[in-house]
This record gives sequence, C-alpha cells and structure tokens, in this order.
Amino acid sequence: MKSIVASSRRRVGLPIHTIPLATPLPALISRGTNVQPSASSTTSRTLTTRSLSRNYATARKSTSKKASIPSLATLSISKTASKPLFQKILIANRGEIACRIIRTARKLGIQTVAVYSEADKDCIHVSMADEAYCIGPAPSSESYLVMDKILEVARQSGAEAIHPGYGFLSESTVFASRVQESGLVFIGPPAEAIRAMGSKRESKEIMLAAGVPCVPGYHGAAQDMETLKSEADRVGYPLLIKPTHGGGGKGMRVVRDAKDLEEEILSAKREAAKSFGNDEVLLERWLERPRHVELQVFADTQGDCVALWERDCSVQRRHQKIIEEAPAPGLSPELKKDFAEKAVAAAKAVNYVGAGTVEFIMDAETGEYFFMEMNTRLQVEHPVTEMVTGVDLVEWQFSIASGNPLPMTQEQIPCIGHAFEARIYAERPEANFLPDAGRLIHTRPPINAPHRLETGFAEGDEVSSFYDPMIAKLIVHGKDRAEALSMLRRALGEYQIVGPSTNIEFLKAVAGHPEFVKGAVETNFVPTHHDELFEKRPIPPTVLAQGALFLAAQARHDLGSTGAGPWSTLAFRRFGDTSVKSFTFDEGTVDLIPESQGRFGISSGDYSSSATCTLLGPTEMITQFPNTRYHSTIIHTGNKLHIFTTTDHYILTLPQATQEEGASTTVSADNLTSPMPATVIEVRVKKGDKVTAGQVCCVLESMKMEINVRAGRDGVIGDVKINKGSSVEEGGILVSLEPEAEK
Amino acid sequence: MRSILSSRLARASPRPSTTGSSRRTLISQPAPRLVASRPLPTNISAKSEEAQANEEFMKGLVEGLREMRSKAKEGGGKAALDRWKSRGNGKLGVRERIEALLDPASPFMELSSLAGHDVYPDPLPAAGLVTGIGLVAGRRCMIIANDPTVKGGAYYPLTVKKQLRAQQIALENRLPCVYLVESGGAALPFQAEVFPDHDHFGRIFYNMARMSGMGIPQISVVHGISVAGGAYMPAMSDVVIIVKNQGRIFLAGPPLVKAATGEVVDDETLGGGEMHTSVSGVADHLANSDGHAIRLAREAIMDLGRASKPVKAQETAVAVRPPVYPTSDLNSIIPVDSRQSFDMREVIARVTDGSEFREFKAEYGKTIITGFAEIHGHTVGIIANNGVLLSPSALKATHFMELCSQRQIPLVFLVNVSGYMVGEKAERGGIAKDGAKMVRAVARAKVPKFTVIVGGSFGAGNYGMCGRAYSPRFLFMWPNAKISVMGPDQLSSVMQTVSGKKEQPAQEGEDRWKSLREKIEGQSAAIYSSARIWDDGIIEPSDTRDVLGLGLDLAAEELALRKQGGGGHGQRGEIGADGDAGDWGVFRM
Repeated sequence: MKSIVASSRRRVGLPIHTIPLATPLPALISRGTNVQPSASSTTSRTLTTRSLSRNYATARKSTSKKASIPSLATLSISKTASKPLFQKILIANRGEIACRIIRTARKLGIQTVAVYSEADKDCIHVSMADEAYCIGPAPSSESYLVMDKILEVARQSGAEAIHPGYGFLSESTVFASRVQESGLVFIGPPAEAIRAMGSKRESKEIMLAAGVPCVPGYHGAAQDMETLKSEADRVGYPLLIKPTHGGGGKGMRVVRDAKDLEEEILSAKREAAKSFGNDEVLLERWLERPRHVELQVFADTQGDCVALWERDCSVQRRHQKIIEEAPAPGLSPELKKDFAEKAVAAAKAVNYVGAGTVEFIMDAETGEYFFMEMNTRLQVEHPVTEMVTGVDLVEWQFSIASGNPLPMTQEQIPCIGHAFEARIYAERPEANFLPDAGRLIHTRPPINAPHRLETGFAEGDEVSSFYDPMIAKLIVHGKDRAEALSMLRRALGEYQIVGPSTNIEFLKAVAGHPEFVKGAVETNFVPTHHDELFEKRPIPPTVLAQGALFLAAQARHDLGSTGAGPWSTLAFRRFGDTSVKSFTFDEGTVDLIPESQGRFGISSGDYSSSATCTLLGPTEMITQFPNTRYHSTIIHTGNKLHIFTTTDHYILTLPQATQEEGASTTVSADNLTSPMPATVIEVRVKKGDKVTAGQVCCVLESMKMEINVRAGRDGVIGDVKINKGSSVEEGGILVSLEPEAEK
Repeated sequence: MRSILSSRLARASPRPSTTGSSRRTLISQPAPRLVASRPLPTNISAKSEEAQANEEFMKGLVEGLREMRSKAKEGGGKAALDRWKSRGNGKLGVRERIEALLDPASPFMELSSLAGHDVYPDPLPAAGLVTGIGLVAGRRCMIIANDPTVKGGAYYPLTVKKQLRAQQIALENRLPCVYLVESGGAALPFQAEVFPDHDHFGRIFYNMARMSGMGIPQISVVHGISVAGGAYMPAMSDVVIIVKNQGRIFLAGPPLVKAATGEVVDDETLGGGEMHTSVSGVADHLANSDGHAIRLAREAIMDLGRASKPVKAQETAVAVRPPVYPTSDLNSIIPVDSRQSFDMREVIARVTDGSEFREFKAEYGKTIITGFAEIHGHTVGIIANNGVLLSPSALKATHFMELCSQRQIPLVFLVNVSGYMVGEKAERGGIAKDGAKMVRAVARAKVPKFTVIVGGSFGAGNYGMCGRAYSPRFLFMWPNAKISVMGPDQLSSVMQTVSGKKEQPAQEGEDRWKSLREKIEGQSAAIYSSARIWDDGIIEPSDTRDVLGLGLDLAAEELALRKQGGGGHGQRGEIGADGDAGDWGVFRM
C-alpha cells in the first residue's frame, strides 16, 4: 500500500517541479483561471476543486514540451529511493491554509482529516477533507487550541501525521512534543528548534555565534562618556540614544555623525533625568528606512538546508503584512546570495528541519541587514516563493517529514519572474484597519487577470469575528516586477466582495502608489504615504448615473414581473407628459427622465447625459451612454448599492426610510400610561431613578391579568403619579420620564 | 392490492417534470399562430409632400397640447407650491405625492389633464384635481388627488365633475381608489352648481359608499385640511392615513366653531392627526410626514387581499407584436384641411398588433369599416368611419356589434363622422330607422366600448359612434378632433335659413353669422371638450394604441373579477341604491 502511494508521488508530484523551469514565462497556473476552490456557491465546490486539478494537468501538458532545462525528476531520482509519504494526515487548522494543505495532499494521494469548530461546520476545509471532526465551540481556545481533542481525533481517524498550518498550535513546543510522544509525526521543525527560536534573547545569541548579524546595541550599566563613545563606535552610525527607563519617544535622539554624539548623549541624559528620574541611556543601531526581508529555508533530516530565496514583506499595517513579494526588489545578486547563506546558517545553527522563515531587518539605504527572528512554520506568504521557484512547499514538507532528503540543492533552486501576494482582509482601513465581520453576500474572483487565489471562504460564508479576518490571498506572477504589479492591480480591480468591508480598495491604492511602483518599500510605507493612500476618491457622475439607472431598471423589471399586458410593459409611460424619477444617494442626486425606447435622460448636478441600460441578470448591467459603454456588476444590499466597474468598487448609500420619515411616534415616550382601567400592584421605580428602555417600571392588574408597564426609552424618572394599590383609568399617566436633554 | 398496482402504474407513466420542461420551452416561444399574419398595406409615404405637410400640422397641434399640459401640471405655479410647502414640514406637491405613491416604473394614465382650461374667469389648472390610473404596490388604482395650490383645493363644478368621472371609471373597472386629500371643500361662490344636484358634491360620497359596498377599496390620505363636506372624504373611506400636525379633519373649522358655539379651540386639537387616530377613530394611521403617509398608503394597498383583484391563472407572457408601421406615422395621416377625407385603415394599421386587421363585410357599406384585430394582445372589434353613414353602413355596423356582443369582444370606435346621410333618397331608404338600429346596438352592446375621436364627431353620428352619452369605458380625442351637433359652416347656414325671415341690415347679419360661426368653431374644438370633461383627455395620436391597450387591459381584468363573482357584487352602470346586489360597504368605527 505504501509503495503505491510512493510511486504515485513520483508520477504526480515530480512533474510539478519542472513547471517553472520549463517555461521561460511564468505559467505555473493557467491564465485567467481561478485555481482556488473559491466557488461562488457551496454546491459547486467539489466541481471547482476537480477543475483545479485539471488546470494543473493542462499546465503540465502544455509546458512539458518546452522542457529544455534538465528535469529535476532525474536529480531527485538520482538520490536514494524516496521513502513513502503518509497515508493519512490531520490538518490542525482552518480556512485557506487548511484548504491549501488538503489540495497538495489530494494531489499526492494522501487522505486528509479536518478538524473544525462548531462555527466552521460549513466551511470549505471541512467539505474538502476526506474526514472531518468537530472539536468544540467557536472560540479557538475551546477548539483549535485544545491539543487533547486534536490528538484524540488523530488517534480515532488513524492519521499518521499532523500539519499545524500557521497560527494556532504551529509554534507550540508543547504540541510538537506531544504529537511526537503520541507516536505521530509533527509536520514542522523539532520542538527544540521551536523553543530556541521562540526566545528572543537565546535566538540572538545563537545567531551571533553562527555569524548571523543581529541589531548591534549597547545596553550596559556603565554610563560614562568614554564607554558610551567606544560602544557607539562599535554599534555604528546612525544610532539611536534611548532612555533605559523611558517610553513614549521622550528623550530619544538619532545621531548620524560621531561628532554630534557627546552633545546628544548629554542632552538625552538631561531629558531622561528630568522625565524619568534616571539618566541611564542605551544605544542601538538606527535604521533610517527599515525593510522587512525574509528568507524561506528548508532543511531535511539529513542536515541539509537550502534557502528558497527571499521575500519582501515591508508593507504592513498594525504590524501585519498586507502585500508581500518575491524576490525582494532592488537587491544585488551578491546581497541575495549573502542573505541565503546567512539564512541557511541560521537554520543549521538550531538543527532545523522542514520549512522555516528567517526574518531580517534591512536598511533600505545602506543595504545593511540584521537578524530579527525565525518563524518555525509555513508562512502565510509562502505562495510568492512557490510562484518564483515553482516548488510546492507543502509537498516538500510532507516529503521531508516522511524522512526524505531535500529534492533540490541550493544551485538548482530557481528564481523566475516576480510574484506578489495581497492579503484581502475583512477590515475597515479608514477606521484604522479595524477588523470587520459578516456574511459574504457576493464574491467574485478576478475574471480576466491571471492570478492564484487562496481562500477558505465561499460566497454565503460568514467571516466570523472568532478568527483571523483574512478572506483571501490574491497571488500573481509576472515575468518581472512591473508586469506582476500591473497584474496585481488589475486582479484587485476585478475582485468583487460585498459583505464585510474589505481592504481591497486600500490595497489598490498601495499597489498603484508611485513609490511602491518604484520598489521603494519600507515598513513605514503606510504611515509615510498615509494621505495619498487615503485620498478621498470622488464618485464619477457616470457611476452615480449607473446607480440610478440600475434602480430604474430594477423597477422596470419588477413591473414586468407583475404580469403580462401593457400595465406591466409600458414602464414609466406618461402619455404626452414626462415624469422625473429622482434618486437620492448620500453621495449625490440623480434625476432620470424616462424617454422613449428605454432611454433615460440623466442629470446630476452639472452633469447631464442620456443612456440606455440593460440588465443581464439580477446583478449585471450594461449601460450605453452616447459614446461610452459600461458593463458593471451592481449589488443592492440593504441601503447600499455596490457598483463594480471593471476596475473599481464604489458604494452608494440610499437614505433609510426611517430617516426620511422620522422615528415612529405612535408611542409617547415621555409618559407611561395605563392601557386599560387597572389596579397598581407594584411600583418598581421612584423619582430620579435611571431606567433603560424596556425596563419594567410598574405592574398593573386588570381583569385578573398582570401587565408590565415598561419604559419606552432610556431616561430618568420624573414623577411617579401612583402608589401601590391605586386604581388608574385607561390612558392615565403612571410614571413620567424627565424630558430628554436637547442634543 | 389493486391500489398498489395502480400506484405502480402511475409511477411508470412519464413523470410530470418531463412534460413540464417541454411546456417551459413552449412558453418562451411566441404563441402559435394558427392563421398566418397579414399586415394591412399602407399608402403613406413619409417622404410625400402631403404627408410632410400633415405632419407639420399635427406636430404643431401636439406641441400646443404639450404646452397647455405642462402649464396645467404646474397647478398654482412654483411660487404657490413653495408657499404651500413652507407651511408644513416635508410637505410634497400633488405631483410629488402621486409619483411617490406609484410603483417606481408604473405607467400613469392621467385623465382629463386639461379640465378647467379657460372655463372660469380665473384659471383653474387641471380643475384643481389630478386623477389617473397607475400601479400602487402592483395593483391598478385610481388616484384622486387635490392640488392645494389651485384655489386651496376647493371644489369648483368641474372639480366635482372630474372626481365623479374618475370614480365612475374606478367603479366600472373595479379599481381601488386612493384619495390624496387636501381641500377646503366646495367653492362657496359656486355652491349652487356644486352642492344640490344629482351629480354634485354629495355624489362623491354616495359613490364611495357604493364602491365600498361592491368591495372596491377606498383609501384616503389626509395631507392637509379636509373640512366640512371634505371631511366626509376620509370619513367615508375604508382606511384613513393622516399626517401629524398637518392633516386636519373637522366638520367645521375653529372660526365657524367659535361663531356657532363660542368654543375657542385650535386646529390641531379640533381635528389633528393625533386626536383622530387616538381619540375619535376618524383616522387609522398617523404618519410623520407626507412621504411617510404615502408609504403607509402603499402598505395599505399591499393588504387589500382579494378585493378588486382577480385570481389569475399563471399568465403566459406572450410577447405582443407592435404594429409593423411606426406609430409616429399617425401624425401624418390627418389632412391639414379637416374637410379632406383620409383612409381610416391607415390609422388601424398603426394601432393593432402586427398591423393586422381581419375585416368584416369589406365590400358592403364601405363608408364604415368593421373588423377584428388585437391591441396589446386583446382581441377587439373595430368600427371606424370612412365617410358619411349610409343605410348599409349602419346595418353593417349593427351586424358587427351583435357579433362582438355575443362573442364578448370589446368594441373600439375610431371616429371621423360627419353624420348620417341626409336627403330624400336617404330618408326614403329609412336612414332614420337604420341609424336607430346602430344607436340601439351601441347602447345595448354588452361589452366594454372605447372611443377615440380622430377626426370629427358630428350630429347623430356621434351617437352611432359611441359618443359620451353611450358610456364608453374611455373616450379620448386627438388634438385635431372636433365635436358638435353639426359643422360650424352648416350650423351657421342653417341658423341663417331658419331666422332668414326676419329683416336685418345685410352687414349686421353677416357679422352676426360670422361671430356665430367662430363661436361654434371654438366650441367644437378638442380643447373646449376636454376642458369641460366631455372626454377623458386629449391624446397624442402616437399614444393611441398604448392608451387603448391600457383601457382594454383594465376591462379584461374587470371581466375576470365579474366572472369570479367574489369581492362584492353589483353590476356596472347606473344602479339605484335599492336595486343593486351590493353590500353596505365598510363602516368607519
């Protein structure tokens, strides 16, 4: 049985390696095809997944003819015969990464076991897996983080290995060792490596010992000027003087030249003494424009280690990456090589096994770089490395966890073209990137732009606030950075999501920013260019017009569906007269004047035109202006109109009916009155009490029934006009609330 | 045992889904045409000099019509509207109220939009009342809305007539009525022509009771003042919505109350919305604004259940074929000189589906055209004039009406008639007797009738061709149409002859006949007729087909309701209070 699996790996798995090498132009993924199971409905998930494997197959077929570069198959086979892969694995994760792992497992003939929380029972990863087990309620502390439950599922299902994905238990030494203790394989590094890299201090020492540069600094107790001066020389310039006991940026000084050092130290010390009562300072190397560059490394159990080149993940918000790319722009070949060597050295220093990422901080101006930390897992942004190297990193993880050697040597690892990944989050960029949640009412992946999409959500799924709000990863691969970036912009422009607010428009702003186009990325990119990135986009009158035309077309369609006959077909007709249909959005007002043959005259502010519109379905509309034709997707949900042109997403807001009409006033909120003649049996409030809307203020009895009288709004009790036992007439005032203060 | 067997057999028979799917494919196809289509030929060339002259003439008339209509649509004018709006919070003009009430894409068939044109010493645009038919929440409704910018919405004689006519149309077609009320009641200086007679103010409430009794819903929205007689408009309604702080219902306003009883009371206390919805029960729903009130009215229409709505079998949406000739050609058919004749088949070819017309008795009585056709999918019998009515023409028309009445096919009259033939030969041939047959047939045909006066409608020809007195469901005029007992020239010459015995100075006589001629000319014009609601409006020739289609569709739905028997009883037409089978209607509690 195992041998069959192994041979299937050779048949199915190996040609994958040849793909990027065989194509001078990146065609890893057939263009224009969504390779992800981001099916628009749950029913078609299986179908899409099937077509996904077909796409891979096509890619293989079409590219194998050009295989002029030595096939890696021979290289791999030339080593000792490979050990069989697992028959069944458990994926201790959810969402897109679980789907991603399941896909490679399927390709290799490995059975998959998914675990899920109660909130996730309808998620794609559950339906994609061969088996799925519920492991508890929605909070991850009661489900995805409970080791006992996961190990129990592994035992029950007979899984041989556990893939932790990223996040959750992926970097838990306890989990890694417990998996091993249970006689299963942890698809990840040894517990010891996780532990060593988990400690900032220890990892730094190990790295320094292995010759990997770390951010130089002086944290010593000796504070005399001589020591500080010589330490400053060692740390190098520019450097940062920082009060040891300080905070909030007070007393911090950046020194760019040695001659200024003494004066700045004195000044910093004075300020520190004044502010913190202690003049101790520390010195640290200062990076003017830091970049986040990280290296994908892979090590096998034989002690070999390779680097699959670097990624740049500088563009971040709230300390989370949003756009990643490979390779990092603007690195010299020497620097690239240097990075790779240092990364391999770092991994080897902790006897690393499997996939890992070594993170460096790099000065964008000087090219100097320092070790920051090592992530002992498969990273979110691993697809960009896969795109430029053509390696299926999850497949490598399986292979290495099964005890096989690395399939490639460092020299054999290519770096072809350029790849970007944009993370689509359910969040509100304009509200400081606060996470958002909600049902995905409409999703449509890009249609024309070639891309790869990693997602765990289908249309109709709920983006829950229990978990990470990342909806999808959009990955593109081009022959160079410029081409890839233009594909990214195009793909982002075509990606349609309605439901929770997303960062797509923000990502487009980043991808279109001239500095980003130049490759001038840095970790402060978002704050530095904040104003341009958040520039208020005016809504073109043609978009406003389309919104109004859509509502008119909807109305016409609704009329047509009321029956046959002229009353249903002579839409908008006034017989010798004209009517003006006015559509008001918060963003502007559009007047439509129905003319003959479905044409509308349009006027909105200074804009005037005319157009015909045709609904192609409930959400698709073609608008023909005198000289322009638009095909837009328009989603009407609640009081919002989402208009997706081919490249942009606009939101128009319709006034709420209640706003127009004012709140219902049938209930007089100031006085609580008796609905019928009754006797008061209980008074629960007294003058001056604070009450909330719905709170019971008194209880009446009438005709043997008890009636709770509740406050109609929040407020303070003014007068209590009744006592226990008093009888009241119908409409009699029981309790009054203090009038509301004018706002 | 047997039942098991039969159920097995049943299972073996083709599943209904198979037949269902084949039926689905059929539905998407046009209905099978059992008889090949044969459009009428045409002799009109748009390029001919004559056609161009005709078109220019008609376009001038249409332009004039549009101008008058847009003037009438302004009501009391923009300044008056602004003034009116400033008196309340979020007040809407009458046109805005109607637009908000209608379904967004609904057609609106406005009636008698030029009523009151040049009738009274002061202008009374649209007679201060907008009436028309449109869809509200998917239901065909008669909308009757006061325009408070025109004399405060007061009821002039023509205002009353317009409302009664709208109610009559609603009654005949069983259309729910929505009254958008804001009126000070009868125009007191005209009280003698507004108050006492059969078809005066009181008839409005009589009709409301009668319609309610027949199960035709009556809904009022009180936007503003609704006083005295006007107070009965809401009070007689099945459902009443009133706008808070703006709508007022009282039999007498504060000044009159003070005069009568000495009681001093303000408007809102006397008849405000809060009082009426919570204390008196005169109104049912309290709205915060005009817009809110309109929404509540739309909701009220949603809740009409089966009242006034036939239960229809799933309609197969068959695409209706438009005429093969453009309807805009209708502008170039009517000759500039109204005495010139034209071929009415050219009109028919631009009104019927596919320009088809299956003519009946084509070779007999050629001065009248009879035949069958479809308009917007409804089969109709068309009777159209092509010259003066002779005995054979009258007999042919009578024969044809008998056919249509027996077959339940509605009749459409396209009128261009100068009258029945006169002269010894005609009289000896019994033209009076044959004309009477035709008039009797028109009066007694048991099918809905529709009249469009495309040319002249003179003398007894008006009766034979279903004039107003013969209760067509709708009567429309083209802008060039003329209606009078005889042509102005004939009339003045008859008058001259009749009074010729009296000696008169020649010149004075000439002037007198000339001014009489001019007077008759003016009185026979379409606008004169429309201003006095002798018709339901002047239509543009190119709208003829669509307007007829809407009317035919209303009649078809009314027929379906009548057959269904539900939702109230009673017959169409003049019914005595003690004679119809209708119910009490809805009492306001």
